[in-house]
Amino acid sequence: MDIAKFKPATVYTIYIASTPEKVWEALTSAEFSKQYFFGNTVEIEQKVGGRYIVRQPDGSLHISGEVAECDPPRKLTFTFNVDWPDLIEKLGPTLVSYEIEPAGDAVRLTMTEWHDRPLSDDILEGGRQGWPAILSSLKSVLETGKPLQVKMGPPARMLAALKELGIKVP
Amino acid sequence: MSKPEFVYVTYIETTPEKLWQALTSSEFSKAYWFGTELRSDWRVGSPFALVMDGTTSDVGEILEYDRPRRLSYTFQHVLKEEFRNEQPTKVVFTLEPHGKLVKLTLTHEGFDGVPELLNAISNGWPAILSSLKSLLETGNALAVPMSALGTKGL
Repeated sequence: MDIAKFKPATVYTIYIASTPEKVWEALTSAEFSKQYFFGNTVEIEQKVGGRYIVRQPDGSLHISGEVAECDPPRKLTFTFNVDWPDLIEKLGPTLVSYEIEPAGDAVRLTMTEWHDRPLSDDILEGGRQGWPAILSSLKSVLETGKPLQVKMGPPARMLAALKELGIKVP
Repeated sequence: MSKPEFVYVTYIETTPEKLWQALTSSEFSKAYWFGTELRSDWRVGSPFALVMDGTTSDVGEILEYDRPRRLSYTFQHVLKEEFRNEQPTKVVFTLEPHGKLVKLTLTHEGFDGVPELLNAISNGWPAILSSLKSLLETGNALAVPMSALGTKGL
C-alpha cells in the first residue's frame, strides 16, 4: 500500500501513566478496545498487509482496513474505512497511525488521521470529536482500570455534510 | 485556511467544580503543570502569571471568570528571547458536564507571529492536560518532565 500520498488532517496526543507494551496491547486487543471504543471491538492481524476490523457491539462490521506499518510497541499504521455505502468512493481512504514513545515515567501516544485528499472541517469533525473521547477513555482504563462512560453519536454537521455528498448514513 | 490555533479536548471523570479548582489553584498546578504556580486573584482585568521556581515565565490578564464554566486569560511568554516580543495570545477553557464526566476544551488562539510559538504551545498542552486528568482521576499527576516532550516546549 502506498501511504506516501496521505497527509495528516488531525493529530491528537495524550500522555498515559503506563508502559509502551501495555498501550500497544490496549490499542490492539479486542477485550481492551470494547471498554474504551464506544463498545466496539478492534480485531487486528499484527503484520503488514494484515486485516484491521472494528465491529459494533452487535457484531456487525463498522470499520475495515489493512495494516500498513506494524512495529510493536512503537508504531502502527492502518487504513480505517467506515463501512457506510459510497463513503470510500466519495471521500477516499482514511489512514490512522499510532506512535507510542516513552516520555519520562509515562508514555506519549500520538494518533494521526491521514487522508489522500483535502476534506472539509465538517467531514473531519467525526474524527475530531471521536478520537479525544476514545483516547481519554483508553487512558482512564490503563490508569484506573475503569473506562469513561462517554456517550456520543456522530456529529450532526458531519452527517449533514455526508448526506449532501450523497453518502447514505445510518 | 483556518486561522492558526490549538484546540484540545479531553474527558475527565470529575465535577466541573473540582476541575475549575484545579485550573485556578497553585497547589494543583504545581503538580500537573511542570511545577508551575498560577498566580492571580482571578478577577476580570487582574494580572495573571506563571511562576516556576521563583521565575516568571508567562504573564497575562484575566479576561473571563465564569465559574465553573468558562475561564479565559491572555498569555505572553516573557523568558525566551525568541518569543518574548510576540503579541499576547489568548487561552480559553470551557467546562461542560457530559453525563458523569466533564468535557474540557482548551482553545489557544491569536498566533499571528512566529509559527514556532504555536508549535511550542501545541507540544506543551497535551502533557499538561493529560497530567491534570491523571491527577483528578487517580490522585497522581504524570511524571513527564518538560525535557521529555520530544520537541521543544515553552
